[in-house]
Amino acid sequence: MTTQIASTDEGRPSASAPEAPTSTGSRTTRVLGLATLVGFALLVLFSFVLSPADDNQGDAVRIMYIHVPSATLAYTGCFLTTLGSILYLWKRSQWWELVAYASAEIAALFTAVTLATGMLWGRPTWGVYWVWDARLTTTAMLELLLLGYLAVRRLPAEYSVRAKRAAVIGLLLVPNVIIVRQSVQWWRTLHQKPTLFSDGLDSNIEGLMLFSLFLGFVVLGLFFVWLLIHRFRVAWLEEQIADTGLDAAIAERRAEAGGVDAAGRATGPSAPGAPTLATGEAQP
Amino acid sequence: MIRDALVVAGKDLRLEARSRVALNQVLPFALLVLVLFAFALDPDRGVLEEATPGLYWVAVLFSGLLALQRSFAVEAADGNRDALRLSGLDPAGIYLGKVLAVGAQLLLLEALLGVGVAVLYTTELDGWPLLLATVVVATAGIATAGTLYGVVAAGLRVRETLLPLLLLPVLAPVLIGSTRAFEAALGGTPSEGWPWVGLMGVFALLYVVAGVLGFGPLLEEA
Repeated sequence: MTTQIASTDEGRPSASAPEAPTSTGSRTTRVLGLATLVGFALLVLFSFVLSPADDNQGDAVRIMYIHVPSATLAYTGCFLTTLGSILYLWKRSQWWELVAYASAEIAALFTAVTLATGMLWGRPTWGVYWVWDARLTTTAMLELLLLGYLAVRRLPAEYSVRAKRAAVIGLLLVPNVIIVRQSVQWWRTLHQKPTLFSDGLDSNIEGLMLFSLFLGFVVLGLFFVWLLIHRFRVAWLEEQIADTGLDAAIAERRAEAGGVDAAGRATGPSAPGAPTLATGEAQP
Repeated sequence: MIRDALVVAGKDLRLEARSRVALNQVLPFALLVLVLFAFALDPDRGVLEEATPGLYWVAVLFSGLLALQRSFAVEAADGNRDALRLSGLDPAGIYLGKVLAVGAQLLLLEALLGVGVAVLYTTELDGWPLLLATVVVATAGIATAGTLYGVVAAGLRVRETLLPLLLLPVLAPVLIGSTRAFEAALGGTPSEGWPWVGLMGVFALLYVVAGVLGFGPLLEEA
C-alpha cells in the first residue's frame, strides 16, 4: 500500500510535466504573427496613403478595407462553429469542439468589429449610425446568437454538459442566421424598396482600391488564423488544467489518507475508516 | 412516439390543471403587460392602435417564456429528469409531448390576450383565416424552439437568465412574421400575410426535426 501511494506521488508531477507547454506560441504562430504585423503595416499604408479617396464617399470609403473582410471572417467563424459542433456531436471529437468554441469567440469579436466599423461608416455616408437595414439587423442578431452560444459554453458545469449543450446551439447557429436573414430581408423590403447599399459600394471598385481590399482580406485572414490557433491552445490548456487539477486533488487526498494511515497505526481506533477508503479508491 | 407524446402532454396538462400556475400567474402577467404598454404609449394618440399587432406578440413572447420556464421547472424537482429518462418513454415523444402541452397553454393564452387586445385597445379583429393560421404556426414555432432551448437551459442554476438570452434572438423571425401577418390581416390585405405564415411554418418544421433528433442526447446527460 505504501508503494502504491508512492507511485501515485511520483506519477503526479510526471503526468503534468511532459506535455505542459509554457506558452501557446510555436514557430508557426510566431511566423504567422509576424506576417500579420507586417501585413497590418502594409494595410495601413495602402488603405490610408496609397489608395485614392472615393468619388462619392471621400475618405470614408477607407473603412471598407477593414469592414468588409471582418464581416466575411465573422461569417466564416460561424460556419466553423457549426461545422465543429456537428463533428463533435457526430464523432465525439474534442478537437472539433474546441475549434467550434475558439471560432465562436473570434466570430463574436469580428462581428463586433463589423458592427462598430459599419456604424462609423454609416454616420458620414448615410448621416446616421444605424438604419434598420436587412444586413445590419442580421449582423446584430448574429452577434446575439453568438453571445448565447458563448454563454452556454462558459456555463459553470462539467465539460461534457457544457460541450454538448453548446454544440446543439452551435449546430443551430447557421440555420438560425439563415432564417433570421430571410425574415429580416422580407421585413425590410416590404417597407422600403431600395436598400442603402445599392449605391456606392459595389458600383465599381478597381485598381488600388481593389488591391487594398484584397490585402485587407489577406491580412485579417492571417489575423483570424493566428487568433484561432492561440485561442484553441488556450482552450485546450484550460481543459487540461481542469483534468490535471482534479487528478492532483485526488492524489493529494490520497497522500493525506496515507498520512493518516501511517499515524493511524499508532493511534488505533479512529484510523480504520480512512485507510480502507483510500484503498477502495485506489483499487479500480 | 405519438402515444408517448400524448402521455407526456396529458401529464403536463393535468399538472397544470391542478396547480393552475399558468391561469393564476402567467395569464395575469400577460394582461399586465398589455396595461403597461398602454401606460408607456399614450393611448389617446393612436400609437397603441397602430402598434397593436407588435405589442400583442411581444406580450405573447414574454408570457410564453414564463410558461416554458414552468414546463421545465416541474421536471427539475426531486430528480424528475432522471425519472423521465428511466420511464422508458421515447425521448422524441417526451419532446413532442412537452411541445403539445406548452402549445396548448399558449393557444389559450393567445385567445384570452386577443380578447384583451380587442377590448383594451379597441382593435377590430378582421381577416379571420389569416389570424387563425398565424396564431397556429406562430404557436408551433414558439413551442418547438422554446422546448428545445428550454431543455438546453434546464437543470442549470442560471436557467432563468439563460433561456431568454438563447431563445429570444432565435424567435425573432416568429415575432417579425406574426406581427406582419397580423398587420396584413387587420389592415385588410391578407395576401401580404400568407408568405409569413409559410416562413413560420418552415421555422416550426425545422425545430420539430431538430427537437426530435436532439432531445434524446440532451436529456441523457446532466
